[in-house]
Amino acid sequence: MDKLQNKQAVYPHRHLLGIESLSPSDIETLLDLADSSVAVSRQVEKKKVTLRGRTQINLFFESSTRTQSSFELAGKRLGADVMNMSVGVSSVKKGETLIDTAMTLNAMKPDILVVRHQAAGAAELLAQKVDCSVINAGDGAHEHPTQALLDALTIRRAKGRLAGLVVAICGDVMHSRVARSNILLLNAMGARVRVIAPKTLLPPGIEELGVEVFTRMETGLKDADIVMMLRLQRERMSGSLVPSVREYFRFFGLDRTRLDIAKPDAMVMHPGPMNRGVEIASEIADGPSSLIQAQVEMGVAVRMAVIEAIIDNSTGAK
Amino acid sequence: MSKSRLFTNARIVDPSQNMDEVGSLLVEKGRIAACGADFSKIKFRKKVETIDCEGKCIFPGLIDGRVFIGEPGAEHRETIASASRAAAAGGVTSMVMMPDTDPVIDDVALVEFVRRTAIETAKVNVYPTAALTRGLAGREMTEIGLMKQAGAVAFTDGRETIEDSLLMRRALTYASDFDSLIVHYTQDKSLAYGGVMNEGLNATRLGLPGIPKEAEIIPLERDLRLVALTGGRYHAASISTGESARIIAAAKTNGLAVTAGVSVNHLALNENDIGRYRTFFRLSPPLRDEDDRMAMVEALRDGTIDVIVSNHDPQDVDTKRHPFSEAADGAVGLETLLAAALRLYHSGDVELSTLIRALTIAPARLYGLPGGSLEPGKPADLIIVDVDQPWILQEGDLQSRSKNSPFESARFQGRVLQTLVAGRTIYTHHG
Repeated sequence: MDKLQNKQAVYPHRHLLGIESLSPSDIETLLDLADSSVAVSRQVEKKKVTLRGRTQINLFFESSTRTQSSFELAGKRLGADVMNMSVGVSSVKKGETLIDTAMTLNAMKPDILVVRHQAAGAAELLAQKVDCSVINAGDGAHEHPTQALLDALTIRRAKGRLAGLVVAICGDVMHSRVARSNILLLNAMGARVRVIAPKTLLPPGIEELGVEVFTRMETGLKDADIVMMLRLQRERMSGSLVPSVREYFRFFGLDRTRLDIAKPDAMVMHPGPMNRGVEIASEIADGPSSLIQAQVEMGVAVRMAVIEAIIDNSTGAK
Repeated sequence: MSKSRLFTNARIVDPSQNMDEVGSLLVEKGRIAACGADFSKIKFRKKVETIDCEGKCIFPGLIDGRVFIGEPGAEHRETIASASRAAAAGGVTSMVMMPDTDPVIDDVALVEFVRRTAIETAKVNVYPTAALTRGLAGREMTEIGLMKQAGAVAFTDGRETIEDSLLMRRALTYASDFDSLIVHYTQDKSLAYGGVMNEGLNATRLGLPGIPKEAEIIPLERDLRLVALTGGRYHAASISTGESARIIAAAKTNGLAVTAGVSVNHLALNENDIGRYRTFFRLSPPLRDEDDRMAMVEALRDGTIDVIVSNHDPQDVDTKRHPFSEAADGAVGLETLLAAALRLYHSGDVELSTLIRALTIAPARLYGLPGGSLEPGKPADLIIVDVDQPWILQEGDLQSRSKNSPFESARFQGRVLQTLVAGRTIYTHHG
């Protein structure tokens, strides 16, 4: 709060739709603010009044217990009234729900709409149609900006910096919005980003996004400071992208031997939910190198920071 | 009976006669009576209305070889009547209508329905194509002979690609007995699975699944081999990649009866125009990269591509106001066909006569239609155009019932001032 009062319009956007539209200083601002929000969640009395009287609606077209509850807690700890809307894709005719539902909600005058949708660009489309601020909680294979911010905060707190670190993002990059947002953010902050995956799980043109591409863990993990695992959806097996779980784990799963290739102090991350034994071995997920629990904690802090920054900017008050 | 009219001082561009000269054009009894610079031997009737076209061009009325219309079945998007108003405003005097309606035009009765509805409600000529397979399902061949007799000008599965190679072989063989043209849009369904735009860096950035160029090229290459095997007449409906043009050029060199079309969108736009998920730029085939656009322009210049089409495909808010990956393909184009094509003339990329050929006599010959020429005796389907007049397309100006134009708010140079069908003025630009 002090920071907000000292600097005017610290976060100069009305929405958070993706990392792509953020400058390094925007990112820095949000991370600093999130750092101070961590303390709030660690108090006994975990409540601020910044958003008293404000309404936050979580509009989730894809179910996600983890992200939704993180946004819900963040809003509540800031004092907002939070409403959760889960819209099953099958229940209403696809697509029609998005704009129609949004317009309906818009008429209820929320201050913040947090949206998760299976289609890339959905959050941007909504932002054009509604009067309130929109936070993208994941749109198709496009972006998941709060995930990238929480990952960055986790790394920064563990390593003290982002610039110059070697971050290896491993797994299903093709279908991952987490990977896209992380690539954009880490590149903007001066980290060296690698992706490691079988070619069937790498999107065309990925190397032009400023990453080093590896198809073997053995080479890609060398000298890595951070190993970021991605979730492999089970349906990728049926789509002839990878032949089987055991083959995938054999070549792309993270176990002790593989982690030893990275730097001795390398840390492991996963956006969750994990498939133990598919992309990551349990001993790693639960071991001393794991930052996975820290990521969940930072998730709440980052979302508090984002909500606070957006409200502060969109009203100009306080 | 319309009265005789004499258009004077116009730049007359008629590729069917290799004509590009300043001259006059006489319309009598709905037909061209005379045309060209040399009018000394022409006898006039005394009562003739003279229209001075100083500074204007006269072209044959355009023939659009690929128009999707919502009638029957989706009249809220477009009717034959509303499409014909859009056509008139765009200088299109003949539309070749695709069979993708509901019900599908796969039966003699439906061919007749379209022809009858067109005669009753349309201002321009409407020529139906018929489905090549029943219900566009890609399984059974339709009654090619009977529907040809009923007036179907070609056989095509519209937006669909026939996967079954044996069926394609037989259709090409059978259709050749009736000298019927097969028009095919090629996109391998499994290779394009889930894709919504051109595959590559742009799709990756946007997080959208891509359609590789090979999805178009592989079935096209198969078709060309089947054409060589069967000797059928084959027209590639709407190509989008440089490699497609290359294999068509090779097929032509080998003497196959193969032609190719390109949509004006693929000559004027590329995938960058999609910007931030603009669904009006979601097309089929997808907009490709700039190299492919330039390859399309080159293929038009060197004659590999024979015709330019609008790919007019009306879509309403119910199919377009969605996230990009959930929206429908397609864009309206009848009204912007000429203006968008003229961009290539103004940029110096393509000669005017090449563009007009691909919009008039080339499709007329391909489909065996009477228009597309200003030769004496031909029907007086013609347009008067100011090729330099600048204008901006406003959504409200569109005559089409659907407003999904990728050229909304676009700047154009070149405007249709008057459209004549069979000597009657059916459209005049005011303003």
